[in-house]
Amino acid sequence: MQFGLSEEQEMIVSTVRSFVEHEIYPHEAEVERSGQVPRALGEAIKRKCIDLGFYACNFPESVGGAGLSHLDFTLVERELGRGSMALTHFFGRPQNILMACNEEQRERYLLPAVRGERMDALAMTEPDAGSDVRGMKCAARREGGDWVVNGSKHFISGAEHADFFIVFIATGEDDTPKGPKKRITTFLVDRGTPGFEVREGYTSVSHRGYRNYVLTFDDCRLPDAQVLGEVDGGFAVMNEWLYATRLTVAAFCVGRARRCFDYALNYAAERKQFGQPIGKFQGVGFQIADMITEIDAADWLTLAAAWRLDQGLPANREIASAKLYASEMLARVTDATLQIFGGMGLMDDFPIERFWRDARVERIWDGTSEIQRHIISRDLLRPLGA
Amino acid sequence: MKVLVPVKRVIDYNVKVRVKADGTGVDLANVKMSMNPFDEIAVEEAIRLKEKGKADEIVVVSIGVKQAQETLRTALAMGADRAILVVAADDVHQDIEPLAVAKILAKVVEEEQPGLVIAGKQAIDNDMNATGQMLSALLGWSQATFASEVDIEGDTAKVTREVDGGLQTIAVKMPAIITADLRLNEPRYASLPNIMKAKKKPLDEKTAADYGVDVTPRLTVVSTKEPEARAAGIIVGSVDELVAKLKEAGAV
Ligand SMILES: Cc1cc2nc3c(=O)[nH]c(=O)nc-3n(C[C@H](O)[C@H](O)[C@H](O)COP(=O)(O)OP(=O)(O)OC[C@H]3O[C@@H](n4cnc5c(N)ncnc54)[C@H](O)[C@@H]3O)c2cc1C
Ligand SMILES: Cc1cc2nc3c(=O)[nH]c(=O)nc-3n(C[C@H](O)[C@H](O)[C@H](O)COP(=O)(O)OP(=O)(O)OC[C@H]3O[C@@H](n4cnc5c(N)ncnc54)[C@H](O)[C@@H]3O)c2cc1C
Repeated sequence: MQFGLSEEQEMIVSTVRSFVEHEIYPHEAEVERSGQVPRALGEAIKRKCIDLGFYACNFPESVGGAGLSHLDFTLVERELGRGSMALTHFFGRPQNILMACNEEQRERYLLPAVRGERMDALAMTEPDAGSDVRGMKCAARREGGDWVVNGSKHFISGAEHADFFIVFIATGEDDTPKGPKKRITTFLVDRGTPGFEVREGYTSVSHRGYRNYVLTFDDCRLPDAQVLGEVDGGFAVMNEWLYATRLTVAAFCVGRARRCFDYALNYAAERKQFGQPIGKFQGVGFQIADMITEIDAADWLTLAAAWRLDQGLPANREIASAKLYASEMLARVTDATLQIFGGMGLMDDFPIERFWRDARVERIWDGTSEIQRHIISRDLLRPLGA
Repeated sequence: MKVLVPVKRVIDYNVKVRVKADGTGVDLANVKMSMNPFDEIAVEEAIRLKEKGKADEIVVVSIGVKQAQETLRTALAMGADRAILVVAADDVHQDIEPLAVAKILAKVVEEEQPGLVIAGKQAIDNDMNATGQMLSALLGWSQATFASEVDIEGDTAKVTREVDGGLQTIAVKMPAIITADLRLNEPRYASLPNIMKAKKKPLDEKTAADYGVDVTPRLTVVSTKEPEARAAGIIVGSVDELVAKLKEAGAV
C-alpha cells in the first residue's frame, strides 16, 4: 500500500492549484456579483487551459486528450473544486460519454469537443423526472425515417455556452411484469436545430454564474445520425459513462472543503474574544478537529474509488459512498466555518457565505444523497435477497 | 549555446513562516516547499531564449537536500532539458551558504561549459543576494545583476538593470552571469504534456564531495525573531490634524 502522490501527480496538483489561484480567484467576486461569466473571460480561461494541455485531460490520448488515469483526473477535479464552478467550467472537461461517438460523429462532436472548439451540455432531468430518470416524458417518435421529438428538460447546466447537447429521450415503452418501462435513447442535438430551443432557467442560490436552462423540443426532427450509441441503448450509455460525474462531485467537494477550512483555521487562530484566540476555546478547537478529520476521510474515500476504477475493480458503491460522504461533509464544513466566523461569516466581505450556499447543491445534483444511499444499500442487500 | 540555471528549494512564498522554538531558524518540517520565485523567473528566461533560438540546451542545478529533486522536476516540467542534483545536506534545516554554492556551481560550469548562467537575484528564504556575484568572481566572468530585460546578440548580452532611481542598461561580454529580478518575465505554468515528460528527462545525482567543496557553514545564526506585530493605526479627520500628530510624534 502506498499513500503518496507520484512526482507527476504532485506537479499536476500544484499546477492546477496555481492556475485556480491566479486565473480563477481574481474573477470570482465579479461573477458572484453579476451572476454571469463574460464570454471573453470564459474564452481566455479556455485558451490558457488548451495551451497548458489540460483541456479535455479526461480523454484518452488516441482522441487528443491527455490520457490521465481516473486517479490523476480526480486530483485535477479536486483542485478545480477550490474555484468558482462558473469559471472552472472553461477549464473544459467535456462529458466522457462522447467516447460513445461513432466514426462519423467523432469528427462532428468528439474531436471538436476535445479541442475546445465546441462545448457540450448534458440533459437528462425534466420537471417531472429527476431522480426517476425513467419517468421522463420527453419522447421521440419515428416519422419518415427520422425522429420527431417533443417535450422539455430543465436544470440544464452550462447550456448558454453549449454548441451541442447530449440529450436523453424516451423512444418507446416495454410492458414488463412490474408495469410499463420506458426505452431511452441518447441523442446529439445541435444548438439551432429547428424545433429546439434553449430558454433561461431558474435563479439558484448555489454556484452563481453557473446557470441552468430549460430546453424545449417542439416537433424537433433529428435524423438517425444524431443517435449516440444504440437506439434504446440510453441506459447502457448512461451506466457506462455517467459514474464519472459522481466522482467529480466528490472531488469537487474535497477541494472546496480544503479551501474553506484554511479560512476557518486561520480565523480560529487570529480572531480574539475574551482575551484569547477563539481556537483556544474547546468549542471552536474541536470543530476544527472534526472538520479536518472529515475532509481527510472524504479525500481518501474519493481517491480510493478513483483508484478502483483504474484497477478495473467494481466501484459503483464506492463512488456512491464518496459522493454521499463528501457532499455531506462539505455541508458540515462550510456551516462550521461560517459559525466560526460569527456574524462576519454571513457577510459577502468573505467568500464563506458563498461556499456555504454553493455546498447546498452538491447533495442534490448527480443523484441526491437519498439516491446514493439507495445505490449503496441495494448493492449490499440485493445479493442477500433483501 | 548552453544555459545553466541554478534553482533553490525554499519555503513556499504563501506559507506563513514560523520561527523555531530554539530561535535557530524557521520551522521547515512539514511545510510546503517550492522553487525560489526568482529562480522560476530565471528558468523562464532560459526557456524564452531557447524558444527564440538563442539557446539550445537548458541545464538546471540544485544544491541542497535530496528533496530538491522535486524542484528540479518542476524546472524540467517547465521546459529545462536536463538536471543536476548536488546533495550537500541531509537536514532540511541546513542552509548551504552562498560561497559554498558558488564554489560548487563554478565546478559545474567548468564541467558543463555553458555560455550563460541565469540565476535568481536572491533566494526568498535568507535574502542573501550573493551567489551570482560570488560565482562571477570565482569564474572571472562578467555579471549583470537585477535584470529586468535581457537581449542577447552574438557574444554580447544587453541587460537592463533595476537600480535605485531607474533603469540602467549595460552590455556585458559572454560568457556571463545574469541574475533575474521580479519584472524580467512572468513564469509559465508547467504544461501537462511537459509534466508527463519531465520524469523521462535526465537527472544526475552528485554530492558536494564529488566537487571537492566543503559546505560547512561559516556563519553562525545568533537568533531568529518574528517581526514586531504592527501597532494599530488611527484615522485622522483632516490634514491639519495629521500634521499636528506627526509633529507630536517628532516625525516632521
Ligand atoms: C443547479 C442544478 C444544475 C443541474 N444540472 C443538470 C444538468 O446539467 N443536466 C441534468 O440532466 N440535470 C441537472 N440537474 C438535475 C439534478 O441532477 C436533479 O436535480 C437531481 O437528479 C434530483 O432531481 P429533482 O431535483 O427532480 O428531485 P426529485 O427527484 O424530485 O427528488 C425530490 C426528493 O425526493 C427524494 N427521492 C426521490 N426518489 C427517492 C427514492 N427512490 N428514495 C428516497 N428518496 C427519494 C430525493 O432524494 C429528494 O430529496 C441539475 C440540478 C440543479 C439543482
Ligand atoms: C445580520 C446581523 C445583525 C446584527 N445586528 C446587531 C445589532 O443590531 N446590534 C448589535 O449590537 N449586534 C448585532 N449583531 C451582532 C451579533 O450579535 C454578533 O454577530 C454575535 O454576538 C456574534 O459575535 P461575532 O459575530 O463578533 O462573533 P465572535 O464573537 O467573534 O464569535 C466567533 C466564533 O467564536 C465562538 N466563540 C466566541 N467566544 C467563545 C467562547 N468563549 N467559547 C466558545 N466559542 C466562542 C463563537 O461562538 C463563534 O462561533 C448582528 C449580527 C448580524 C450577523
